[in-house]
Amino acid sequence: MPSLSYASPTTINEAVSLLAGASGQAKLLSGGTDLLVQLRSGRVKPDLIVDTKKIPGIMGIREDGGGFVIGAATPGAVIEANAALKRAYPGVVEAMDLIGSTQIQGRATLAGNLCNASPAADSVPAMIAVGAVAVIVGSKGKRELPVEAVVVGPGRTSLAKDEFILEIRLPKPAPRSGDAYLRFIPRTEMDIAVVGCGIWVTLDASGVCTAAKVSLGAVAPTPLVVIGAADALIGHKLDDATLARLDAAAQAVCKPITDKRGTIEYRTKVAGVLARRTAAIAFQRAQGIAPKKAH
Amino acid sequence: MSKHHVTTTINGEPVEFLCEPQETVLDVLRNTLNLTGSKEGCASGDCGACSIICDGKLMCSCLMLGVEAEGHSLVTIEGIAQGEDLHPLQRQFLEHAALQCGFCTPGLIVASKALLDENPNPTEEEARYWLAGNLCRCTGYDKVIRAVMDAAAEMRGEAVRAA
Repeated sequence: MPSLSYASPTTINEAVSLLAGASGQAKLLSGGTDLLVQLRSGRVKPDLIVDTKKIPGIMGIREDGGGFVIGAATPGAVIEANAALKRAYPGVVEAMDLIGSTQIQGRATLAGNLCNASPAADSVPAMIAVGAVAVIVGSKGKRELPVEAVVVGPGRTSLAKDEFILEIRLPKPAPRSGDAYLRFIPRTEMDIAVVGCGIWVTLDASGVCTAAKVSLGAVAPTPLVVIGAADALIGHKLDDATLARLDAAAQAVCKPITDKRGTIEYRTKVAGVLARRTAAIAFQRAQGIAPKKAH
Repeated sequence: MSKHHVTTTINGEPVEFLCEPQETVLDVLRNTLNLTGSKEGCASGDCGACSIICDGKLMCSCLMLGVEAEGHSLVTIEGIAQGEDLHPLQRQFLEHAALQCGFCTPGLIVASKALLDENPNPTEEEARYWLAGNLCRCTGYDKVIRAVMDAAAEMRGEAVRAA
C-alpha cells in the first residue's frame, strides 16, 4: 500500500504549494465528514491529505460591508450559533443544519458540502439562491466564483488541482428580501434529499416580487439554477396563479434519476410542490413575518 | 511510514501518542491508548457509537484523524464519571434500564452530556433531535430519552419522578 502523508499548513501559500507539488492525488481536509468515509471505503486513495484548519481565517464568520464571510472550514454548529447570520439568511443556516446529526454538525462545512459535489447536497441550492460566492485560492492567486459554477458533475468541481475554497461570501441582504430552503425526505431527520429547493426573493412595498432566484437539488446531476421559476415569481404577488406557474417551471427543468428514494415521476412532482412551499416561506420572510419552524 | 507525534488533552490529562496519518481518533483511543469505551459501530459517521466531545463540540471520533487531535481537548466516555461517582446521566441510564446490549451506550451518554452542557433544560423534542445521530437497536429510544430528561432535571436540582 502506498504511504499516505498528512500536512497541516499554516499559510495559504504553503497549502497551495503542497497541492501544486503533490506527485499523486492530494485531498483537502476540513471537516472530514465526507473524506474520511471515502478513505475508509477505499473510494479515494490519496497520497497526501492537506488539512486546512490551521490557515488563519479559515474557521469562523465575520461581517463585511453588511454581508457575511464564512471561513471554508467553519463547522455547522458554529454557523447555526451565529444569530446575525441566522437573521439575515435563515434559509442558508437551516439548509446547513439539515446535514447529518449533531455529531456531523460539529465538523461538517459549507465549503466541504459544496466541493463534495453531491447532486443532493443540502446547503448548495440554499447558497445558490442567495447569490453566494466561493473565494478560491491557488497558484494563480485568488478568484471568485458563484457557487453554481463550482459543481460541474456528481463528485466533480471546476477547481484546479492546486486550488481550494478559502471562504464563502454572502452578499449584503437587500431590503424586503428573504430566503428559504426546504428538503423533502420520507422521515424527519438523518436522510438524503429526495428534492431540495432554495428560494430567495425581494419584494416591493406592496408584496410584488421584484427579484428572485430559485435553485433545485437532487433532480439533476448538479444543483440547478431555475431561471423559469424565478421568472414565474418576478412581477407577481404569491397568489394561486403565480404558485401554479412556479410549480410548472420547477417541474420542467427536472432531469432526475430513479433510485431507492424516489422515481423520476415522483421527484419531478415533489420538486413542484416543494418550490411552492419554499416560496411561501421566502415571501413571508421578505415581508418580515417569521414563518412557523420550517423543519 | 512516518508516524506523527501528537500532543493533546484527553479527559483533562495531557496525552502524547504516535499515529499513522490514516488512523482515526477512534483507532488511537481504542488501539493505542487502550480507551476502549468508545465503540466502532459503522465507521462512517452514521451510528454515533464513537461520539466524543472535542473543544466542547460533539463529534464522531471515527471521522477525525488522530493527527487532527493535536492541541485540542477531548472528552471520552472514560471522562464522564468523577472517580467512583457516576455522572447523573450514567445513574439515570441504569435507573431507567436505558440499555440492553450496551454497545451504543457510551456514545449516547457522551452525546447526552454534550446536550446538557449546551442546554441544561431541553424539551423532549430537542433531546430526540439532538440524539438522532445515535443509533440504538435494542431500547426503542424511549427509556433513553426518559433517562436523559430525568438526568437533566436532577442536574437542575429538581425532584425526579420515580422511574
